[in-house]
Amino acid sequence: MTAYQIIFYLISAFVLATAVLAVTANRIFRSAIWLLFSLVGVAALYFWMQVEFVAAVQIIVYVGGVVVLIIFSIFLTQQSGSQLPKPPLKRSLFALLAVLFGFAFTYNIIARYRFAPVAAAKPFVVPVSAIGEQMLDTKQHGFVLPFEVVSMLLLAAMIGCIVIAMRPVPKEKANQKRTAPVGAFGDNLTDLPRPAAEPDPVSMMEEKTT
Amino acid sequence: MQRPFTIDDIAMNYSSYIALIPLLPLAAFVMLGLLGKQLSRSAGILATLIMLVSTVLACYTAYNYFFVTGKVNGVYPPVAAFHYNWLPFSPGLSIDMGVLLDPASVMMLVVVNFVSLMVHVFSLAYMKGENRFATYYAFLALFTFSMLGLVLSGNLLQMYIFWELVGVSSFLLIGFYYDRPAAVAAAKKAFIVTRFADLGFLIGILILAFYGGTLDFNTLIYQLTATNSSPLTQSPQAGFPGISLLTWALMLVFMGGAGKSAMFPLHIWLPDAMEGPTPVSALIHAATMVVAGVYLVARLYPIYLLDVAVLQIITWVGAISAFLAAIIACTQTDIKRVLAYSTISQIGYMLFALGLAGYGHTTTGYSASLFHLFTHAFFKSLLFLGAGAVIHFVHTNEMLEMGGLRKWMPVTHLTFLIACMAIAGIPPFAGFFSKEEILLAAWENNRYVFLLALITSGITAFYMFRLYFSIFWSRTRSYPHQHGEGSWTMKVPLVLLGTAAVLVGFIPFADFVALDNQKEITIPLSFSIAPVTIAIAGIALAYLLYYKYNPGPQKLALALGGLYKMVKRKFYFDELYLFITKRIIFDGIAKPAAWIDKHLVDGFMNGAGRATARFAESIKAWQSGRVQSYALYFFGGIIALAALIVYWWT
Amino acid sequence: MNEIPLTHILFLSTALFFIGMYGLFTRRNLITMLMAIELMLNSVNINFVAFNKYLYPDKLNGVFFTLFIIAVAAAEAAVAIAIFINLYRNHRSIDVEETEQMRY
Repeated sequence: MTAYQIIFYLISAFVLATAVLAVTANRIFRSAIWLLFSLVGVAALYFWMQVEFVAAVQIIVYVGGVVVLIIFSIFLTQQSGSQLPKPPLKRSLFALLAVLFGFAFTYNIIARYRFAPVAAAKPFVVPVSAIGEQMLDTKQHGFVLPFEVVSMLLLAAMIGCIVIAMRPVPKEKANQKRTAPVGAFGDNLTDLPRPAAEPDPVSMMEEKTT
Repeated sequence: MQRPFTIDDIAMNYSSYIALIPLLPLAAFVMLGLLGKQLSRSAGILATLIMLVSTVLACYTAYNYFFVTGKVNGVYPPVAAFHYNWLPFSPGLSIDMGVLLDPASVMMLVVVNFVSLMVHVFSLAYMKGENRFATYYAFLALFTFSMLGLVLSGNLLQMYIFWELVGVSSFLLIGFYYDRPAAVAAAKKAFIVTRFADLGFLIGILILAFYGGTLDFNTLIYQLTATNSSPLTQSPQAGFPGISLLTWALMLVFMGGAGKSAMFPLHIWLPDAMEGPTPVSALIHAATMVVAGVYLVARLYPIYLLDVAVLQIITWVGAISAFLAAIIACTQTDIKRVLAYSTISQIGYMLFALGLAGYGHTTTGYSASLFHLFTHAFFKSLLFLGAGAVIHFVHTNEMLEMGGLRKWMPVTHLTFLIACMAIAGIPPFAGFFSKEEILLAAWENNRYVFLLALITSGITAFYMFRLYFSIFWSRTRSYPHQHGEGSWTMKVPLVLLGTAAVLVGFIPFADFVALDNQKEITIPLSFSIAPVTIAIAGIALAYLLYYKYNPGPQKLALALGGLYKMVKRKFYFDELYLFITKRIIFDGIAKPAAWIDKHLVDGFMNGAGRATARFAESIKAWQSGRVQSYALYFFGGIIALAALIVYWWT
Repeated sequence: MNEIPLTHILFLSTALFFIGMYGLFTRRNLITMLMAIELMLNSVNINFVAFNKYLYPDKLNGVFFTLFIIAVAAAEAAVAIAIFINLYRNHRSIDVEETEQMRY
């Protein structure tokens, strides 16, 4: 067993172990951290497979983007450190059985299938320049069209996120802004005592950041 | 028969303006219908002016047709003045829109336009202050358009279209006072009865078109009369129980005509239709729409001449209608209903005059019938307008509440008298000439019909003068609403129509409107003695009974007892129809059908629906709204599909 | 060089996929469910790269698919989290058991 193989099995064990922890940890923040580790493990796997560019993207997007986003959303919606409700035993059992069955079934199929051995053992090298050229190639094997489509998708997602998460301006507030009534002595009447609103973590957060 | 003339230069002569005659009223209808509210008072004047233009054009057309174009080979040729290929189906069959001018249609053109103009003028005063004044004129214009279109139609289907348009505009006008339940019921009745008859008309058209291969009047007549090999005229085996297809077709077409013309036994709608405004009755139920049946038969007359049986049926339907309606008219007290029954009676005259040719002696009935149609249009619309003036003055339709009106309404009195003389057949008024011709035709062809017609003419004189004396003489009453006889717009039409009722009889009508091979009509002076005597006798009886108010009529009614009651109730026709429709059709057929529909058909449908709903109810819990359950189902489905594909598909 | 058989890598990705699925089934918090989905997407990515490396070393299609999936997954995560935040504003909870309005 070469070091190469040993590294693969180590990475695999790491990825699987952290993934299991990510889906079973009973504190949500820990769960997110385990997910982070698992994704880093996957990135390591990409390094092992010598696709450094994909590994880099994996770290930048997943670890640097998605997981950070998830952690932010956890901050916005949860009291951190609180325990997640435990799933009912019946459901976990049922899910476990279903998952095991599915895994057995799928792996059975994979094992039965004899993947054709690669005839020309051409070394698998992925130069970044090749990726870039093919990505923006407009000829037969170019990926410029999916590239553009994905760019549209990202734009749409960005706008969609803003629209969905945008805090609608309360109606009376908007009206007051338009016709701010001014008293006889120039004092602003909008500062009337308002009924105390229920504390809202999201709005508190927004007020803090602005 | 000759091949129809389509001489291009003659047609060109008319095509420039002939289409305007019906289209002008249509334009008036559209304009008033859209802008009526804004125009209000001036709406009537506008419509009247448009009618005036149309009438002038119609008279000009008649002048052109009869005197400028004149006779070709001794007859007035039919001219297809305007022709448009509308819906071509196959090389042989197409539905066209066209204008056909022949003596009958030109005559009708003038009559319809003139009467309509008179009614328009009369209504200016009569309908004054009415809420829906503009709507009224819009409907009048629509009716005039439809009637003119009907008259000018060049083919059967076009005629049918306008025929239905006439029906619907008449429905609108009868039901003009739609807040009165009686008017609504009358409008419905008129529409349903005529519509029922039109069903026959349509089937008849289809049979004729199918076997004749065309819808065009002239081509159809030419094909059916020129070639005896047509399947229609073949042996009776071609048809249903021993009656040839031609007979069936003509019978059905006549059924449509009888419905519109309110002939026995489809006459029940006309008296009720008097619920409409009185000028409308003058237009629709005296001069134009109700004679459409006569006009229809006259249009297809060469074809009818092929079939003696149908003509004989027409004769008897007409004669019986004339007689029965005249008898019923003697007992009615609503002046408009009296006039309605007299209309039925007079149209009966026209129809049996047409049918008399079925007895095979002479065909003078055609000319006589259309002559009577012509004169009748003037004096009957005069009668209706006079009645309208009277109603306008006394605010009631009841004859028993009138009397002595001659003092207040001299113009109406005089013109009404003229009209009564005309309808009674007193020389030298218009009705005399036309009625004489009809009686002569009856004398020449069938003596029984002649006898019936003679008696009927006596009864006619009686009930018309009963009406006249009751309104204008009898006992004098005081009338609370003393607003005079009415403005000049009411008097002018009366005077014009009265003049026409005196003069039109002198027109040598048979020279203009006649069959090609018809012989000259000469009425021997001695022939007139019997009808005139009988008419004078009828008038004399009416004079005795109604000139001065006396208890005579009541005594007579009591003496006649049940007979009088039966006549007064119109021979129980309405009750009979009610029995047939309610007891037999409604209770016997419609109710079981409704039961089947409600319980079997609906039951099946409802059962299917309920079963679906119950099934859905039982499985709706699957839609729990829990995302994870859905994910599980989804996963199970994917696995199952994969298993299926992997283990069974290969 | 390729001493590790392809099936071993596939074992890894399959296991990762079903771990993600287990999380999807058992977690009640929407954010943790999103994490589970991310795991499943990653397993797919591993598959693509592995197939590309082992079966078609002269092409780059698997790598491109991976890149696109990463892009789409990032967008999906962003939209999902926006929805969660909105949901939280309205319901004060992002528990999946409490978002049951979309039922019969």
